[in-house]
Order: sequence, then structure tokens, then C-alpha cells
Amino acid sequence: MKKIKNDGSTYLNPYLGGVILGTVLLLSFYISGRGVGASGAVKNTVAATVNAVAPQHVEKSAYYSQFAGGDNRPMNNWLIYEVLGVLAGAFISGIVFNRLKLKVEHSPKITSRRRLWFALGGGLIFGFGAQLARGCTSGAALSGMAVLSFGGYITMVAIFGTAFVVAWILRKNWI
Amino acid sequence: MIGPIISSGIVSQAWDNIFAVLIGMGFGFALESSGFSSSRKIIGTFFGYDFVVVKVFFTAAIVASMGLLYLSYFGLVDYSLLYIQPTFLTSAIVGGIIMGIGFSMGGFCPGTSLCAAAVGRLDGLVFFGGMFLGVFLFSESFPIFENMYYSGSQGAKMINSVFGISPELFTFFLVLAAVGMFFGAAWVQKKVKKVEY
Repeated sequence: MKKIKNDGSTYLNPYLGGVILGTVLLLSFYISGRGVGASGAVKNTVAATVNAVAPQHVEKSAYYSQFAGGDNRPMNNWLIYEVLGVLAGAFISGIVFNRLKLKVEHSPKITSRRRLWFALGGGLIFGFGAQLARGCTSGAALSGMAVLSFGGYITMVAIFGTAFVVAWILRKNWI
Repeated sequence: MIGPIISSGIVSQAWDNIFAVLIGMGFGFALESSGFSSSRKIIGTFFGYDFVVVKVFFTAAIVASMGLLYLSYFGLVDYSLLYIQPTFLTSAIVGGIIMGIGFSMGGFCPGTSLCAAAVGRLDGLVFFGGMFLGVFLFSESFPIFENMYYSGSQGAKMINSVFGISPELFTFFLVLAAVGMFFGAAWVQKKVKKVEY
């Protein structure tokens, strides 16, 4: 059930990977009553950091105050623990499938520097959009779809539809 | 045990964070082992040379949707206690479009960038770092976007109600659509020139 790559690393069959991912998501709902996420942990960390530096600013902000300050204890947060688990799980998979390696992955047609600038910009824009949509591909789209959330489906279509167009505009970065 | 076992009080709240770590580990393992730590493998979906994203994402979505409906049917999960992402139409669309731009610029989404960073991909680490800046920028400029953030509110609306059908029937069509996409993906992938990555 494995695909072997030239560099000696292997991948799971994507359908098996999907069944594992879906089962984990199902367990998340069965145990904690919620789906998985990723961008929420960043949001809580940012809110907690700003709260530590400028608590009055958080209190006055209509956004931060939902996630930090007052009775909120952002570091004691489900998503932060979950994301620490994601790091550990991915690291274990990297060992098992022989993929641990320090490198910048990019198309041979572009430099590492260009790749990193685009990664930084992409992360910035993605993080911004995830706040507006109340979650990212994991928290809004995938977890939303699992419980048939209308908003989850809308976000999924918007992400993949836009990404398809932008990927072709930026195709020199990738192929 | 009727789930969700934490929300319904069967298992103490204190266990919630421990389960969070375990669920996260499963999530990270599933993403990385499927190949989501590689930006060029992820982006392959848009050029037709690697459809791993379509295959993994939609397989996971149908497994979880069907699983929850079965558990609910057998009385093993109380669907009303599950967190359903609320629908704010305008921000879901605009936020999704912005995320789509970030996706194709950076080659990752937040979860996959973390997996990439975990196996030593510096582009993943930089993407993840960029997210902090984006979140900070949004939070600081929230007054500008506040109206958009709250507009088009429809509560925890379910997609099957939009079509006026049952959740089970919608999920049945979802499975058909996913299987159709899997065959379509296999067909396209055969026609497209291979890209080395």
C-alpha cells in the first residue's frame, strides 16, 4: 500500500491516508464534540501574547477580547494541545516514512529565497483569511464538512476555487 | 457510551486536553504520511500531476460524515452536542477567497505547514510564521472588517437543509460525487505530463 519515491521516502496510499484522517476526525467529534483545527491555535497564541504585553489593548479590542483577557485562559486551550500533537504526529510519521530532512522544497526554476518569500506571504495571507472565515482548511472546511455545515462547504469551495486560479497565475513558481 | 463523551460528562473535562494531544498526533500522522508535508505534492492537484489532496480530503470528509450519521443512528452520538461551524455567508466566501490566494502562494494550509515544519521543511516553518503576522494584522484591523465578519449570519445551518433533503441523502450524494472525482482524478492524472518533485 506504499508508493516509493526516488529519495527513499514512502507515502501511504492516499485513500488509506484519507480513511485514517477521517477516523481521527470522527474520534475527535466522538470524544470532544468538535473537529480538528490548526489556525485557531495561532489565533489564541497571538491573542495571549498581545494580552501579556498590552492587557488594556486586548480588553478594548472587540476581536482579541473574545479569545484572551478576562476569564479566558488561552494557553489552557484544546487547540493548542491538539497542534502540539500534530507536530509530534507528523514528526513520528517523518521518522517512519524516512522523510526527516532540513531543506527548502521548491521548483528547480526558482530560488530558495523566492520560495521562502512566497511562503511567508502565503502564510500571512492565509492567516488573515482564516480569521475572517472563522477557521482554515481543517477547522472550517474539513471539520465543517464532517457535520454538514453550510458555511464549511462554502469556505471549502471558495478556498479550492480561488487556489486553482491563483496556482495557474503563479505556475512558474511550481512547475 | 454516548458521545461526545467529554461534552456529555461521561469522561471528566480534565481528560479533554490529553485527548487533544492524541487526536492531534493522529491528525499530524495522517497528513504527513499521506504526503501533505510537501508543498509541490499539495499544489499538484491544481496542475493535475498529483491529486493526493482531492483523494485524502474527500475520503476523510465522507468517512467522518458517514461515521457521525451512523453513530447517531445507532444512538452512540448525540448530534445536537456536536460543534457545527456557524455560517456567516459573506465572511465565509471572502475569507475563503483570501485563503485560496495564500494557499497557492505558499503551497500549504496551516495544518500542513506545521507538518512540513515538523519534518524539517523550512518553507513550511516560514509559512507557519507568516500566519502569526496575518492573524496579528487582522486582529489589529478588526474594526475595518467587523461589519463583514458578522454579516450574512445564518447560525449553525446544515447544507442538506439548503437542498431540502435529509442529512443521510445529502451524504449519499456526497459519496457519489467523491467517487466520481476520484475516477476523474485518475483519468486526468494519466493524461498530464509528469512533474518531478
